[in-house]
Amino acid sequence: MEAGTLVEWLVKPGSNVKRGDIIAVVDTQKGLIDIEVFDEGIISDLVVKENQKVPVGTVMALITGGKETVVKEEEELPEKTIEEKKVENIIVAEMPHGVKASPLAKRIAADNGIDLATIKGSGEDGAITKEDVERTITERIAPGEEKKLIAGENIRMAVAAAMSKSNREIPHYYLETKVDMSKALSWLAEANKQRSVKQRLLPVVLLIKAVAKALTEVPDLNGYWENGLQKKPDINLGFVVSLRTGGVMIPAIHNADKKTIDELMASLNDIIPRARAMKLRSSELSESTFTVTSLGEGNVETVYGVIYPPQVGLVGFGSIEEQPWAESGMLDVRPVMNITLSADHRATDGASGSRFLMGVKNHLQKPETL
Amino acid sequence: MTDQEIKQIIFQLLKKIAPDTEPEKLKPDDDIRHTLEIDSFDALQFVVALDEQFGIETPEADYGKITTLKDILNYIMQKKK
Repeated sequence: MEAGTLVEWLVKPGSNVKRGDIIAVVDTQKGLIDIEVFDEGIISDLVVKENQKVPVGTVMALITGGKETVVKEEEELPEKTIEEKKVENIIVAEMPHGVKASPLAKRIAADNGIDLATIKGSGEDGAITKEDVERTITERIAPGEEKKLIAGENIRMAVAAAMSKSNREIPHYYLETKVDMSKALSWLAEANKQRSVKQRLLPVVLLIKAVAKALTEVPDLNGYWENGLQKKPDINLGFVVSLRTGGVMIPAIHNADKKTIDELMASLNDIIPRARAMKLRSSELSESTFTVTSLGEGNVETVYGVIYPPQVGLVGFGSIEEQPWAESGMLDVRPVMNITLSADHRATDGASGSRFLMGVKNHLQKPETL
Repeated sequence: MTDQEIKQIIFQLLKKIAPDTEPEKLKPDDDIRHTLEIDSFDALQFVVALDEQFGIETPEADYGKITTLKDILNYIMQKKK
């Protein structure tokens, strides 16, 4: 994303804020995003106004430190932090050549993401005026249904842009293994007998936990490729949620390695409905360090994922299917799942990738230790 | 509660989970999850909603008994007896 429109401030100058507070709602290509604050202090100025569209990296508000701050003296106070909120790739409409428009019309059109080529000018020589642009904006304030469709298309565009970049820049390699899920599934069935329907666990939480544990053993896969491999201390797993209208959202499950199975299920219960409603926090969309995609039951057996840059790896789980399984010289039928790893060859190679996949597999064989 | 009333409630619950679908067009023997493209997460939410709405308790082992509209109707009627 390159830009976003501030929809609403949830704080006023003088409001006390602390880390994690949601201070604003921004409309982006990925839907409405809650903007969080990463520092503590008092809001001294709201720089960006509501309904203003600004590029990523714009200072949105100023926060001054110290609880004793007196509002009337705020200008003399040293600035503690400048909040810079980053939202990701948006595709900005480019100015087509040969379109005549007044500078003011151009600016309003750019601010509102209007493509001038789609407007018929009423000025001299068909030049587009401020009024033409404003009329187009009013006409485009469409009913909810239409707006939703546009949001869905935008998400597809954002996903396509990120995946094209990934395929262009990342030398992917792929590894695959099969895991016998009988132990994991019987452990889960037993665990679910003790739980009320609301607290029941889905197999995917075991997968998430196994991945998080394996990443602690192969930390080279948990990070970003930005002028070399930047390993990340926290394991924030981006979990792919498919939207019913098309496209995907990838909210992060923060510190997945430190969460219990029940806490991970609670995280899923929280983020999946919010992802589907396109109501995620900025940190949930920007802080993933590794991606997990699970196709779930009744779907295909194998998924070869495209790495989400700047991450360096993605693990894909296929559907659990009954398959013939040979073990200790005996043939049996077991619930089997294919696991694939897509990884960045600049950051890791087959040996570390294989260690990671074997780690995931081993953890899934010992569900009681997850 | 009549079959028709139960059906209406089921349609409402499904519509909440999959707003873009038309549950009322389901045939009695259609596999609901497959027809409405409901994933395992939403399927669990549906069971939670069924249990709350009809005051029943559906153990995980019974998930196979509620895959079609006809099955769910039978299951609820039996549980409510």
